[in-house]
Amino acid sequence: MADNVANPAVADGLAVAGVTAVPATAAVPAGPTVPSSLELYRTMRFIRRFEERAIDLVRAGEIFSGIHPCIGQEAVAAGACAALAPDDIVLSSHRGHGHLLAKGSDPGRVMAEMAGRVTGIDKGRGGSFHPSDFTAGVYNATGTVGHGAGIAAGIAWAAAKAGEPKVVLSFFGDGAVTQGALLEGFNLAGLWQLPVVYICENNRYATTLPVETAVAGTITGRGEAFGIPSSVVDGQDAEVVHEAVAEAVARARSGGGPSLLEMRTYRYHGHHTFEMLVRLRYRDQAEVNAWKERDPLDIQAARIDAAAKDRVDAEVELELDEVVRFAVDSPRPDPADAMDHYYADGFRPRPGVSL
Amino acid sequence: MPKLSYLKALNRALGDEMDRDESVFVLGEDVNFALTNVTAGFLKRFGPDRVVEVPLTEQGFTNFATGAAMAGRRPVIEFQIPFLLLLVFEQITNQANKFLMMSGGQRSVPVTYLMPAAGWRAGWGAQHSDQPYSMFAHMGVKTVLPATPTDAYGLLTTAIRDDDPVVFFGPLASLSVREIVDYADLAPIPLGSGRVHRPGTDVTVVALGHLVHEALAVAEELADEASVEVWDPRSVYPFDWAGLAESVAKTGRLVVFDDSNRSCGMGAEILATAAEEMRLVAPPKRVTRPDGAIVGAVPELDEVLQPTRPQLAEAVRSVLKSPGW
Repeated sequence: MADNVANPAVADGLAVAGVTAVPATAAVPAGPTVPSSLELYRTMRFIRRFEERAIDLVRAGEIFSGIHPCIGQEAVAAGACAALAPDDIVLSSHRGHGHLLAKGSDPGRVMAEMAGRVTGIDKGRGGSFHPSDFTAGVYNATGTVGHGAGIAAGIAWAAAKAGEPKVVLSFFGDGAVTQGALLEGFNLAGLWQLPVVYICENNRYATTLPVETAVAGTITGRGEAFGIPSSVVDGQDAEVVHEAVAEAVARARSGGGPSLLEMRTYRYHGHHTFEMLVRLRYRDQAEVNAWKERDPLDIQAARIDAAAKDRVDAEVELELDEVVRFAVDSPRPDPADAMDHYYADGFRPRPGVSL
Repeated sequence: MPKLSYLKALNRALGDEMDRDESVFVLGEDVNFALTNVTAGFLKRFGPDRVVEVPLTEQGFTNFATGAAMAGRRPVIEFQIPFLLLLVFEQITNQANKFLMMSGGQRSVPVTYLMPAAGWRAGWGAQHSDQPYSMFAHMGVKTVLPATPTDAYGLLTTAIRDDDPVVFFGPLASLSVREIVDYADLAPIPLGSGRVHRPGTDVTVVALGHLVHEALAVAEELADEASVEVWDPRSVYPFDWAGLAESVAKTGRLVVFDDSNRSCGMGAEILATAAEEMRLVAPPKRVTRPDGAIVGAVPELDEVLQPTRPQLAEAVRSVLKSPGW
């Protein structure tokens, strides 16, 4: 068991991943340059320490909602978003802080959002669970986990019809693949060959439910059923992730349609920080330890110069001090404004009592 | 002057908006062949990029519309059967309608959900006969229920231009209504603005959707007994509470004629608000569907479960005779 999960890519046959060949219909435009190993390490280190500082703020009562930490899954966010152009679009998930940071959201404003401050990317209305940041091209993070797939298809369709060469990256977890709405989104994206890259972060658990007790068939089989090129990727290695996503992005941008990438990864923390209070024993410690042997930061750190790593680590700490200071020092919202932004025309719902 | 039917009003409003604004497009099942007639002639007129035929994938295409709207388009989704609005209730109320708020005002989701055959259809079964407009009002989704062709034109136009999600209920029993109109008079109608169809001084009858026409017939039948004001909110959310208060201030008595189920329906909300906030000289009444579903398969079983003219006449007489609180 531990052997299998410790090296999931090899164990599950990465080399024979089901890929349906779809020829690119046009020359692939130049995408973003390949990120350096150091850049990828920096992004991952930033996400890791951002999440750890956020957990401190949860403990301190500053982040009232708690969070769904993405610690352990940093390589997916960093590698995938590095394959995007600035105008490309990301649909995130409830475990989405890494996506926001890797796509270029202002980290201070992301932390402020999580802390419910008015300086947050959504003025505190999205919180840690439902963040969006249109300045960075992050459109949505739905809590009904399979429903981003259809939304992604609609964004991609609108962009394609407008002649914009945008690609939509749609993140979801293994828990989403058992919702029908996800498959309906796949069907439309496949039917109309839309420029979407679906990224399943298979961290093996839907809250407490192990993936093998939830998913009949395979995750990639769901994509293949709709004629979508689908493959399994080692989600612990940022450079492997980047290569796979860059290929899928290039195919989407050149009119080759959607892809599905199943990232085999693992979260080192609980589903949500409430598990710091409520000990839920749904994973063997041996399994957790085995996955920690393949910590994405260690894998990437091994590729860079030790002195450069130390310098980056120190820079990240300084930057995060400022991120936390900005979030905590930012003002809380005025309760009188609670119904702001409900309707675009400023219509205000009736209050709950008429006196 | 031409006679405008309700369905032709929908066809005309949607076509006019698609002419006026390139970002508007329609998607739905059987729209290419215009099964309901709403999109008659559109495929040839606007082409397949703006008349988007979709498979039976209601949750998928409702989410798809949310995405297209986030990206700057104005989708109009046509639904054929009222319960499909319940299948996509999550996608409308949770994904689309909360998005502007959850994004702190960054991006609205201007989708119109057009249901042009809402309500009971004799013999078509329990699953084709719902009238769930109250549920959308309950969830704070802008919702309109026009009774006449001119109101249908005006409110569909407004729904498409509105920057928020709007659900449009076209009552099945109103689709055959025709009005003599001057096309030049067709114009947008603001959300949340009611309409006095027949002025009166003794009792206010709030009638919704196709029941406006039934209420007008009852008011005429009772003309020798009482002066009945027939008032139509036209939008169920937002609701023209000031317009209702104005009518009730004049009559002091209220009956609601509502095609919702009784529990938690619009009738319940209208009575509660009037009781809390308006000066009623006698306890109000409502005439609605019963609690829960109707049978839908056999007319004689259904007709007793519909809000009817005799029930309304009885309720009006009862409120008029009431000695007060």
